[in-house]
Amino acid sequence: MMTTLAITPNQTGKTAPVKPNKINKARNVLPGFNLSLGYTLFYLSLIVLIPLSAAFFKTFTLTWPEFWQAVASPRVVASYKLTFGASFIAAFINAFLGLATAWVLTRYTFPGKKFIDAFIDLPFALPTAVAGIALTAIYAPNGWIGSLLEPYGIKVAFTPLGIVIALTFIGLPFVVRTVQPVLEDFEAEVEEAAASLGANRLQIFFRIILPAISPALLTGFALAFARAVGEYGSVIFIAGNMPMVSEITPLIIITKLEQYDFAGATAVAVVMLLISFILLFAINGLQWWSNRHLSSQH
Amino acid sequence: MSSSTQLTKYQSKVSSKRATAEPTWIRWTLIAIVLLFLGLFLFLPLAAVFTEALRKGYGAYLSALAEPDALSAIKLTFIAAGIALPLNLVFGIAAAWVITKFEFRGKSLLITLIDLPFAVSPVVAGLIYVLVFGLQGWFGGWLSDHDLKVIFAIPGIVLATTFVTFPFVARELIPLMQAQGKDEEEAALVLGASGWQILWKVTLPNVKWGLLYGFILTNARAMGEFGAVSVVSGHIRGMTNTLPLHVEILYNEYNYAAAFAVASVLALLALVTLALKSYIEWQATRAAAVVDY
Repeated sequence: MMTTLAITPNQTGKTAPVKPNKINKARNVLPGFNLSLGYTLFYLSLIVLIPLSAAFFKTFTLTWPEFWQAVASPRVVASYKLTFGASFIAAFINAFLGLATAWVLTRYTFPGKKFIDAFIDLPFALPTAVAGIALTAIYAPNGWIGSLLEPYGIKVAFTPLGIVIALTFIGLPFVVRTVQPVLEDFEAEVEEAAASLGANRLQIFFRIILPAISPALLTGFALAFARAVGEYGSVIFIAGNMPMVSEITPLIIITKLEQYDFAGATAVAVVMLLISFILLFAINGLQWWSNRHLSSQH
Repeated sequence: MSSSTQLTKYQSKVSSKRATAEPTWIRWTLIAIVLLFLGLFLFLPLAAVFTEALRKGYGAYLSALAEPDALSAIKLTFIAAGIALPLNLVFGIAAAWVITKFEFRGKSLLITLIDLPFAVSPVVAGLIYVLVFGLQGWFGGWLSDHDLKVIFAIPGIVLATTFVTFPFVARELIPLMQAQGKDEEEAALVLGASGWQILWKVTLPNVKWGLLYGFILTNARAMGEFGAVSVVSGHIRGMTNTLPLHVEILYNEYNYAAAFAVASVLALLALVTLALKSYIEWQATRAAAVVDY
């Protein structure tokens, strides 16, 4: 009876003593380890790992000059510059405005706030093709915003600027959703202490709040950037897809595929895959860092 | 004397308020900037979809949706989502079970690998299945010998959809089950429950909102996927066209009203997803509050 009572506080989690954990680790009594691990690895291999490995095997059939020709021709290099440049700008816009959005949603009250909060995830829910044609309709020369910008000589649709707009749309929720929980958990006492020691509002923001949310902000930026680099559906409608000017890398892969240049398409895909792996590891590292950051505060 | 203490009290109140909150004009400027940003990027595109869809009136709108090609696209979209969803649901539960209930080597690598499909461009996701099952691919010869078709056919669309929605359920369940620990499962075991009984009667009821959340996210993505499906589909009208691909075809034929009519169905689906998501979040926080007290 005593032992059960001693174990129950464990349920609340936070103050879990080290000892029972160690015992659990030593002899886990729950069933299903082999079955669940086996099925997880089987399904992961079947759907993800084996097909992905096909891309690498296909690339190995190319000689080095052929590979280089496929991934470093001027048209492909121009597409890398465009894809990564536009993705970076879009993620940067989202970092600033996403932080402002998260700030406004956690700290201020205004009518319709809950409704707007729910709407932040629209880019996750709205199919990319729908977003693409809708943004094109708005920013085309005869569209709602395009017609306003036309007299000033600003063209958005069918230019790289349009690509930035589309990528900003699809990356919008990432920064908001990573920064929001950290701002919500931020303790008011810390700010009050800083204020009582004579810090003004800007100092509190830059010296107290920003360092605390920067891991989350960076994670959101990296997630938005990674998503933008691979994006296809929303971009192709608004981009205009002119070689050397407004042709993104995923479109290069499609074009090569349509010309039955499987090896060439795969070579470019492998370059993109390697870059996304690096981004994925960077994001996981950032998340690990931000968790450690958070737990060290408590 | 008393009036001066009251004054200092008042002053301190004012200064503390000013120290931990921004001046009103900054507040409202920030709110205005955010509302303008969200208005331009979220509400305007949504409004554009419905305005363009109804530009030629309700009759044209309804006839665009009742067209046989549109109906077969709706059907195929449901088939693809209907197969990918249960597959990824079972996988998500298995993966979350092994990751949260056991300690083993390579666990963080496994978590990273589960996230892989999020990092892969949809176009690349489609391409890898072409490399495996396409005519020139690993199994292409064998498949064509047996008169089977994966690429430019429904199986390819299902596979591509499964790939892009692969991590969603596992991603939702893992943090949730991690936070809940395994005490309840162990208690059930001590009381004589079998593994499947524990799963059905203890674990799954505890994570039902997370499960549902993962389910609707998977569904939204599965029904809306464009890039990956576009590579493997072959764009055969009435045969291998999902709703997003049908939107593209109509759009490229300059049939804008019909394209936006079909797009509006997908936009409605997105709105339903957002509403369900808010409802689930509300229910989940309510359930969590009940547990706390």
